Amino acid sequence: MYEQISSNKWKSMLMMFFFFVFVLGIGYIIGRAWGGSDGWYFGIIFAFIFALIMGLVSYYRSDSIALRISGAREVGDGEYPRYRHTVEGLAIAAGIPKPRAYIIDSPAPNAFATGRNPEHSAIAITTGLLEMLNDQELEGVVAHEMSHIKNYDILIMCLTAVLVGTLILLSDILLRTFWFGDDDSGGGAWIMLIAIVLAILSPIIAQLIKLSIGRKREFLADANGALLTRYPPGLASALWKLQQDPRQFKRANKATAHMFIVQPLKTEKGARGGWFNRLFDTHPPIEERINRLNQMSGDFVPTQTGETPTVE
Amino acid sequence: MWIGILIGVLVLLIIGFVVFLYNKLVRYRNRVENAWHQIDVQLNRRADLIPNLVETVKGYASHERETLEGVTKARTAMMNASTVGENAQAEGMLSGALKNLFAVAEAYPDLKANQNFLALQEELSGTENKIAYARQFYNDSVMSYDIARQKFPANVIAGMFKFTEKREYFEPETPDYKEVPKVSF
Repeated sequence: MYEQISSNKWKSMLMMFFFFVFVLGIGYIIGRAWGGSDGWYFGIIFAFIFALIMGLVSYYRSDSIALRISGAREVGDGEYPRYRHTVEGLAIAAGIPKPRAYIIDSPAPNAFATGRNPEHSAIAITTGLLEMLNDQELEGVVAHEMSHIKNYDILIMCLTAVLVGTLILLSDILLRTFWFGDDDSGGGAWIMLIAIVLAILSPIIAQLIKLSIGRKREFLADANGALLTRYPPGLASALWKLQQDPRQFKRANKATAHMFIVQPLKTEKGARGGWFNRLFDTHPPIEERINRLNQMSGDFVPTQTGETPTVE
Repeated sequence: MWIGILIGVLVLLIIGFVVFLYNKLVRYRNRVENAWHQIDVQLNRRADLIPNLVETVKGYASHERETLEGVTKARTAMMNASTVGENAQAEGMLSGALKNLFAVAEAYPDLKANQNFLALQEELSGTENKIAYARQFYNDSVMSYDIARQKFPANVIAGMFKFTEKREYFEPETPDYKEVPKVSF
């Protein structure tokens, strides 16, 4: 557990470093493309300031950004008592400060946790998921998110979300640069270079997300969550319900997809662009996660809404 | 000369190690303390809710005096409890009394429709869960404290600096749905 925490902090720093190097590189290219051979240092200076601001923003504000783009709002005092009590209870069980509880008005079931450390953290859940789950399943889901918070997974997830978002934005700027750039400064060679950069950029981004999140992290959060509730079938049954539901949470995108409890953008075989999208697979298959939970306590029995999950 | 430096370095290393272990034990002990107070916080929260509940029920079912008195009595017993054992016993008594009260309430449709009553019921069941979780965290903390101070060489430090006070565990109370399934052939 504690190795996991320090490894997450270390990885976050490494990610910041690579982000800086990468942005400086792009600044150099844009500087050269726009300002000719003398323009590159403007590009570097601009890129440095840009990277600094984005780095600070992603560390301090990424949680509110992630909540905002998902359309989450904080739960008021009288609202959703069952959800609020569950969050408070599991924070006590985990021995961490209570995360802020958020709700997303969406029928598509999903949930995520965000923040930079347990003192500054939040859990968000869609109304669809909240209605679908009984008490034990809701506890399982919240416990899974609570483990992400306790392990500092949220820090690395949030950094990834904002930094990947920035990289996608930058590659967009690059693209426009060679449409509207100054053709006199040897445009042909630059276009080639930019095309190559863009071509290698997207798989790198995909790889970045995968590396930083990884299947291990989800399995670990499942296991720690089950440990918190002392009741693995709760989470197993919740995951099963999540898998059965065909609705996708549309407000997630490639930059935030990895934060959710199950992959919000589904990429089954036969779907449009399936093989390409699977490059971006951020979560292990749900069947495998359910299997591992079943190994802890025996197979869960699927329930209807309102029933208590049991073990066969 | 070299021997002197070597011995000096060794002594420093040992002192550093002792300090490290000592601090670790302090951290674990404080976590147990904190976990214990966490339980108190939740118990107080529940104790605060009960007079309100009793008043609300009285408004609709004043002649259920026995049930109401049972709840009040159990509440007082719980507030006077100080050890793990007493605490757990009083807690069980109060849970039973509350269950009684809610069973009685079933017979009063007006009471069951009362918003205040419903909110209190929700609060109480939420607080009850939190008490269970606080106890779980307390048990977890005691366990990691015990492991930390019983391992060698920490047990030597623990003996030297009196990290020896015994901490009790809460006995597991299994909620209905977590009970082992009955097998019959």
